[in-house]
Amino acid sequence: MNIVVAMKQIPDLQQIRIRNRKPILDDVALTFGNIDKNALEAGVQLKEATGSNLIVVSVGTEALEDTIKEALAAGADEAYLVLDDEIGDMESSSSARLIAEAIKKIDDVGIILFGEGSGDNYSGQVGSRVAAILGLPQAGYAKSININGNIATVTRSLEDCEEVLEAELPIVVSVIADINEPRIPSVTQILKAGRKPKEMLELDVTGDSMLETISNLAPEMQRKQIEIETIEKLLKVLENEGLLRR
Amino acid sequence: MAAILIYSDKTKLAFELLNAAQLIGKNTDLTIKAVSINNDEQAEELAAKGAETYKIINPELNLADTGAMASALLQTAEKLDADIVLLSSNRRGKELAGRLAQVFKAGCLTDVKSMQTENGRIECVRNVLGGATVAIQEIISDKKVIAISPKAFPAAADEVGGTINEYVVNIIPSGIKLIETRAKAGDSVDIEAAEILVVVGQGVESQESLPAIMEIAKNLGGEVACSKPVATDKKWFGEERILGLSGKICKPDLAIILGVSGQVQFTVGIRDAKTIVSINNDEKAYMNQMADYVLIADIKEVLPELQKAIG
Ligand SMILES: Cc1cc2nc3c(=O)[nH]c(=O)nc-3n(C[C@H](O)[C@H](O)[C@H](O)COP(=O)(O)OP(=O)(O)OC[C@H]3O[C@@H](n4cnc5c(N)ncnc54)[C@H](O)[C@@H]3O)c2cc1C
Ligand SMILES: Nc1ncnc2c1ncn2[C@@H]1O[C@H](COP(=O)(O)O)[C@@H](O)[C@H]1O
Repeated sequence: MNIVVAMKQIPDLQQIRIRNRKPILDDVALTFGNIDKNALEAGVQLKEATGSNLIVVSVGTEALEDTIKEALAAGADEAYLVLDDEIGDMESSSSARLIAEAIKKIDDVGIILFGEGSGDNYSGQVGSRVAAILGLPQAGYAKSININGNIATVTRSLEDCEEVLEAELPIVVSVIADINEPRIPSVTQILKAGRKPKEMLELDVTGDSMLETISNLAPEMQRKQIEIETIEKLLKVLENEGLLRR
Repeated sequence: MAAILIYSDKTKLAFELLNAAQLIGKNTDLTIKAVSINNDEQAEELAAKGAETYKIINPELNLADTGAMASALLQTAEKLDADIVLLSSNRRGKELAGRLAQVFKAGCLTDVKSMQTENGRIECVRNVLGGATVAIQEIISDKKVIAISPKAFPAAADEVGGTINEYVVNIIPSGIKLIETRAKAGDSVDIEAAEILVVVGQGVESQESLPAIMEIAKNLGGEVACSKPVATDKKWFGEERILGLSGKICKPDLAIILGVSGQVQFTVGIRDAKTIVSINNDEKAYMNQMADYVLIADIKEVLPELQKAIG
């Protein structure tokens, strides 16, 4: 059986600086979203439990060829990549179509794992869209996944309850950060990662544009940033501002 | 006449969608139609808000089967000539939004926190880059699916003229079985309503500090909130107290933040507070740049003093 994990390359959010309210993305390192790393770890654990093969599918710029090593070092066996520098910030509908096309090229897919949201856009759409394109059952916001034979059992966490869902494979599952603690690859794993197979898919990346971004700016923030030495002084200041109604 | 369709599994959120739909529909000839699925009471309540309500009752349609739900809503939207579908951006709603958008051939935005409408254009405001920036985006495809954050809009007011129409759809199950539902333990605190929040971050090193912090919050007339790892890793609190991108967005008058580093996914939840106090032992903590008043101190040491003054 093949287990597929979809991972999105994103700029390292901690490195983004804001200038004139605009995000500066030049020279910001690329990585995978944190929750996508949880999805990968869930894939690695299922692979170990079921003796499967683990394939990462990712759509992004040419830099992915390098970024993908992170995932191959952390336990993926192969990667299917759709690379294109022109597409820039791709819309969820296009990424979903390309991910689904890539998955169609893989035989015997048992489970397709997503993060609950990508690190940059966090829209939680792509997994659902892929499930729709492939006509598969889906279970979102998983906090645990078990596979027994050809049945997947997923416990998922909603705001006010947990649901235990069951479906025959293949199934699409998105995970939340709570599901696991992603392992840190060892040096040998990192060294080996470069030699693992990578499939570069030639797919038509032009898609209909459904969204328009009118502006994208950091919120204006003016904070006083006054340093106070003691609790006593702090309480006095807050009291003077009428913030403590005691 | 074209329509806006609204649906949420949660009645409270459906009321908010109704209000949002009224905003979009204002000065247009769009009519508003509400869907309720396997929930008689919700249909009644929507009708009491003046909504033209379509009630689908069919035990074979399981809310947990997102594929079947998307197909049910697609059929309803097509039959009622709706080009715009509003869903709630709770977890169920978000999951449904992507699936419905795909089969509806619609552009989709989720986690929409406000909207401006002009000449039939709907500008949606949402956080991107983990909350570092706020984007204004518009769906330009003919069909649109918009998932709106809880509490982004107030509930619609009661109105006369609502109707309930029983409605039948073909159920196309996708193969998901619901085995069990477990209620989540956790208190029903509403941190979004609090005027003062005392926020526990990972810099609060010991669980033994919590009673003092709870007492301080109580005496200030506020509530305790927390950063995500405090709830999800340490399990000191339930998830309903998490501030941030995957938690709640709060706008209290005063936020006293104890030991939070201030990563963007957190600050997005509190940056609209009127006054922010950060207590942190690291003067370089990013949270301090986001604060009006900064106290560089070890929480273990200042907490007893704070408790004495406010406790
Ligand atoms: C997609 C995504 C969504 C996320 N959503 C959220 C969200 O909704 N909410 C959220 O909070 N996080 C969220 N996160 C996680 C977020 O990135 C941070 O990891 C988290 O906010 C860190 O929590 P913290 O500041 O409490 O802990 P830390 O980052 O560990 O910071 C602890 C702080 O306490 C200080 N400190 C330590 N000891 C002391 C002491 N004795 N006295 C005083 N100060 C001390 C330290 O200097 C440090 O600044 C999300 C992450 C991702 C990827
Ligand atoms: N370009 C991409 N390549 C691979 N996987 C992706 C891509 N975009 C999104 N995903 C996957 O879809 C999930 C949800 O993304 P989003 O809908 O953008 O929040 C992510 O957590 C990833 O698992």
